[in-house]
Amino acid sequence: MRYAMAVDTKKCVGCSDCVVACQTENNVPIGFCRDWVVEVMDGTYPQLEIELRSERCNHCENAPCVRCCPTGASHIVDGGIVLVKPNRCIGCGACIASCPYDARYPHPKGYVDKCTFCIHRVNQGMKPACVSVCPTKCMYFGDLDDPNSEVSMVLKKRKYKTLIPEAGTKPHLYFLI
Amino acid sequence: MSTRRQFIRISAMGAGAVMAGAAGLRLLASEITDGRKASYVALTGRTPTYCEVCFWKCAGWVYKDEKGSIKKIIGNSEDQNCNGRFCPRGTGGVGMYHDEDRLRNPLIRTEERGKQTFRDATWDEAFDYIAEKLKKISAEHGPECIALFTHGSGGKYFTNLLKAMGSPHVAAPSYAQCRGPREVAFQTTFGEAIESPERTDIRDTRCLVLIGSHIGENMHNGQVQEMSDAIDKGATIITVDPRYSTAAGKSKFWLPIKPATDIALLMAWINVIISEELYDRAYVEKYTYGFDYLKEHVKNMTPEWAYGITTIDPTVIRETAREMGNAAPAVIVHPGRHVTWYGDDTQRLRAVAILNALLGSWGRRGGFYRPETFSLPEPAHPPYPTPKRTWRTEFPDLFPLADTMLANGLCDATVPDPTRNCQFQAWIVNGTNLIETLPNQENTLKAIEALQLLVVVDTMPMEITGWADVVLPECTYLERFDEIRTGPHRRPQIALRAPAAEPMYDTKPAFWMARELAKRLGLEAYFPFEKLEDQLDWQLKQVGSSLEEMMRIGVKTFERPFEDLYFAPDENVEFYTPTGKIELYSTAMEQAGYDPMPKYTAHEEPPAGYYRLNYGRAPMHTFSRTSNNPNLTDLMEENSVWVNPRVAKEWGLSTGQYVHLVNQDGHRSEFPIKVRVTERIRWDSVYMVHGFGHDQKKLRRCYGKGASDTNLITKVLVDPIMGGTGMRGNFVTFVTDLAGEEVVS
Repeated sequence: MRYAMAVDTKKCVGCSDCVVACQTENNVPIGFCRDWVVEVMDGTYPQLEIELRSERCNHCENAPCVRCCPTGASHIVDGGIVLVKPNRCIGCGACIASCPYDARYPHPKGYVDKCTFCIHRVNQGMKPACVSVCPTKCMYFGDLDDPNSEVSMVLKKRKYKTLIPEAGTKPHLYFLI
Repeated sequence: MSTRRQFIRISAMGAGAVMAGAAGLRLLASEITDGRKASYVALTGRTPTYCEVCFWKCAGWVYKDEKGSIKKIIGNSEDQNCNGRFCPRGTGGVGMYHDEDRLRNPLIRTEERGKQTFRDATWDEAFDYIAEKLKKISAEHGPECIALFTHGSGGKYFTNLLKAMGSPHVAAPSYAQCRGPREVAFQTTFGEAIESPERTDIRDTRCLVLIGSHIGENMHNGQVQEMSDAIDKGATIITVDPRYSTAAGKSKFWLPIKPATDIALLMAWINVIISEELYDRAYVEKYTYGFDYLKEHVKNMTPEWAYGITTIDPTVIRETAREMGNAAPAVIVHPGRHVTWYGDDTQRLRAVAILNALLGSWGRRGGFYRPETFSLPEPAHPPYPTPKRTWRTEFPDLFPLADTMLANGLCDATVPDPTRNCQFQAWIVNGTNLIETLPNQENTLKAIEALQLLVVVDTMPMEITGWADVVLPECTYLERFDEIRTGPHRRPQIALRAPAAEPMYDTKPAFWMARELAKRLGLEAYFPFEKLEDQLDWQLKQVGSSLEEMMRIGVKTFERPFEDLYFAPDENVEFYTPTGKIELYSTAMEQAGYDPMPKYTAHEEPPAGYYRLNYGRAPMHTFSRTSNNPNLTDLMEENSVWVNPRVAKEWGLSTGQYVHLVNQDGHRSEFPIKVRVTERIRWDSVYMVHGFGHDQKKLRRCYGKGASDTNLITKVLVDPIMGGTGMRGNFVTFVTDLAGEEVVS
């Protein structure tokens, strides 16, 4: 089983609902976030293009944060989700430095925190909070090993990209373009 | 009568439903056994509500954490307004409850207005003070001299109170400061208004045309969702905007129009649609009045004519007109929402309505559907006294087609004028920050200075509270019952708002406040139910539901009485216009002395070194209502002024730099605003998000952050037809030298 998410940049309006839904679902303290929205604009008036995308931990198959963690707090669980055990984390920040996606933040309680793909919801058959709240339904979540999952279907149908593929991290966060 | 015992039983039943329905939510044992909890606070894991962060009123569920504190709000999947998905503001609505700057107890002013020198008061003191003043004003000037300004759910109770006193003067800024021109334009054309939520069938459209409407930045939830569905289905989006909006970024065609020239573009489109015979001939023949007049009227309004005005390439005008014609009748030329721009707004919206009529989209799938509103019986009360005077008798010739009270009209009629024999003496302001809502702040303050009594009902210490004599702190929507939501949609539907928690501090629901005041004024009979929940239960039982059922399901959907969401083929439709037809040529406008068909007139242009001030919305904020919300300021804490790189170069501006803006009348922004240099804005205008630049220090999170556009809107272009206050005729320039000024950031 390999959980993955695809974000449709053609539909995302950059409203940041995913951010606030994640904050309230996961008790992320105000001032921090596990997901965020990026706007990339290209061109000169009036020949313009814009891409909006909701970003978060890429849950890499080859995760630099897990490799560099000195205590084993950062680890990969079934389904390929990268997690942090707060009680084993010493807050050294090596994972923050190693992540090419800047997906981790130091929680005020002294450990490093990040997106969990809402594993507590996924294990109960629900979707991550960001996916289920999105007004534009621009996010797809599921198991890449299941050819009939929402995410597998949409990746078959649409063109997509990953972020910083040259880092060799094999990310599980896809962007439909 | 509902009793506490009955409510405990309800809660237990609700609990069963939660256990079965939503996985992962455990019952909170401590809450169930805690007998001290107020009877009406739901004891289960979730409580139904509908959102009050904006006017869309999405229905959802409020969840609490293990400690019983409000944790999150999730959409109700049965709700047509949100389909189970709240927008960022609705999701962040928890911040309204948790905001530590909330008003906590009643306040009575001790010194001059605007200075926030108040003393804490008890509710009894506050009500006695208000009642005594109202009685005196009523006796001396007549009850008609009392006005209510309102936005949001509490308005209904205060409206009842005002009418019971004998005043008809209830105004909502959502009309003359927002969507009024659109409603008048569609009424005169189709005999019906658009209303809210809009009856646009975006879900099934093949072509969506947005004119200055930035869906996606205005987070009108259902519309954003349906636009996304339409994108999925391959619909064409055409966006007309001087700014490269988010919607423009999703569009096949973006028309970067010169500001204030939209009517010329619309008339050119009408010209192409008629001359290339792209219109729906059968529909136009069967349903419309005045086609030949229109054809003659637009014959010279060619794309080439419009090019010189709008700067839009004639081939693009033709191409986009054909795109609409090919998609018809599944096409929506969107009427927008905030449409008070240049003072000829009713005429611009008339052009939009005419275009839709030619394309046959009114009453058709993918165009405009026929909404259905559920009607609930109201409890009986004595008839309202007949007012002796109305605003209309004071201003008989103004705005003949305004079909509702104008907030700015009531404000103007409060400013002392020796030629009038009545002016308003008391205002009750519920849930609207008039200082930021009405353009021309000086005029608003002049009116306020003349009042004998200003009562403000709000949850937050907004600027308007600083001018009040009495401030009544309302509890948030998460802590109260309110009227059942019955608004229009594809299917008739009702939604319940119930309290998820007891009111924090010494705050109270508006229903209770209005009733307590009524008691003191001897008008209790107009509020026959002591508790709103008992009234709701009574109302719901009349239609085969009950409060108990609604506590469990939150939203209930009924069948449409007729299967008439769209016109049937060849249906004989009676339109509520003077001719009974869709009026391309408006006889009502002609009779009132206005152009029966829209014309383009040139508007003033910015002088050298000045830029047209455009303003709009950000998806995570609702005007100034959310600007202190801890969750939402975390997403966006201040606004910025968008500046084209060419302009920035000329002025030596760079992104992140703070500047002041000064308008054509020399009005300077109270606080500096951050520059955002971006290609997304035309060189002849600047843009900022509305709702920032608060000067109320009690709003600790947003005080001094960003600039207020209202501050800079001193020139108001009034629509003579319905009194709308056009706000896009102001021009600003930059002051880059802040001279050691401290920037709040």
